[in-house]
Amino acid sequence: MDVKAIKEVKLAPIRNGTVIDHIATGQALNVLKILGVNEYMDSTISVGIHVSSRKSAEWKDIVKIEDCELDQKTVDKIALIAPDATISIIRDYYVAEKFRVVLGDHVTGLAKCCNPNCITNKNEPIETEFAVISRRPTKLRCSYCDRELCNISDNLL
Amino acid sequence: MDFYDRDVVSIRDLTREEIESILDLSEKMVPYATGEKVNRVLHGKILGNLFFEPSTRTKLSFESAAYRLGCDVIDVSEMSMTSISKGETLADTIRMVDAYCDLIVLRHPYEGAARLAANFSINPVINAGDGAGSHPTQTLLDLFTMRQAKGSLDGLNVVLVGDLKYGRTVHSLAEALTMFGAKLTLVAPDSLQMPEEIVNHIKEKGCRPTKTTSLEEAIDKADVLYVTRIQRERFPDPAEYKKVAGTYRINNTVLREARRDMAIMHPLPRIDEIAPEVDSSEHAKYFQQAFNGVPVRMALLCAILGGEI
Repeated sequence: MDVKAIKEVKLAPIRNGTVIDHIATGQALNVLKILGVNEYMDSTISVGIHVSSRKSAEWKDIVKIEDCELDQKTVDKIALIAPDATISIIRDYYVAEKFRVVLGDHVTGLAKCCNPNCITNKNEPIETEFAVISRRPTKLRCSYCDRELCNISDNLL
Repeated sequence: MDFYDRDVVSIRDLTREEIESILDLSEKMVPYATGEKVNRVLHGKILGNLFFEPSTRTKLSFESAAYRLGCDVIDVSEMSMTSISKGETLADTIRMVDAYCDLIVLRHPYEGAARLAANFSINPVINAGDGAGSHPTQTLLDLFTMRQAKGSLDGLNVVLVGDLKYGRTVHSLAEALTMFGAKLTLVAPDSLQMPEEIVNHIKEKGCRPTKTTSLEEAIDKADVLYVTRIQRERFPDPAEYKKVAGTYRINNTVLREARRDMAIMHPLPRIDEIAPEVDSSEHAKYFQQAFNGVPVRMALLCAILGGEI
């Protein structure tokens, strides 16, 4: 049997929905957390963990979510934990749109500061704000207390 | 250097040139700070001195600085005396106080409080210490004292000793000193060493600090010995506190190894880190340092509120 054909069926194509590809390996479960996957969802979700990438020699994770298109805030959160991820919007089995997530210089309202004594954790009418101080790996610094965010995926809002 | 209407939240907001211009202006302020000369250049201005955490030197020296320049002061000294105790947010308190004064000075127990205040206030905000975070005016007066004692800040050999983990003054000071090419030696018990984040930050700026637990190893080369208090309140377990308290006690015996012109500084209050016998020595600069809070804060008030001396 053709090896390539076997690879193709690992994650079945979807008719409508979103494919999040090139997720850094190990981050697929965090992506599911961002998507808010729970038992009340109507969509089918397929997850590929530690899948070999055709583009590079590295491994990656993939998430396919049926009948769902992502809002900008969700895409921005994915960029925090998977900065190389690509998002493909699938409509009737065709790729209607494809783009790469973008991590800006500042991140607003997407994560909470891990410093419990930071003013952003004290019920003030403000959104959290971080400066991106490193992109590989992603490192954020709180614009209020100047503390580096210790674990991004654990602190996503 | 234009400081008019500017917030001073963190020492990271200032360049070396800006710091030097404030230190130069502070020098000019000394005779006014002692009362030798009189100038009421800020007459008609009101300073809102908000201290939501205990403070002696910072609060009094801001008040003194304001009065010496003819500026009026309204103040809050306790959180329990404000609407914050009724559940009001700091943001609302700031918006309200902002309407009553021309400049806000804020000391607050939470890190980032001054940044929040600066975002909500139309008038400028000076951070007078936010939790374990920044205390930029302390850093400026520390630099001013060092420059006064040593003639220049360039390439000084500075030994920071004591609680380098929780002591907020040493974090900002270490960052500022790297702008002047200082050689830093960090002397602390392992449990109270400078946080890696700060060490990495100063390394990025080209400083290669030396870490040690032994004061004896470092003292003989020091131009400045900056001592901090090991704070009892930071230790949940009193036994842990006892283990490290009194680790570094500066007395005349320890100072035998020091250079004759080494300056000893301390942000105060001290408990027993520096023996009283040191107070009368040429090394002791910590009371001068406490006084210097006045001319440095006068310089900032003048520069921000647009008063010219």
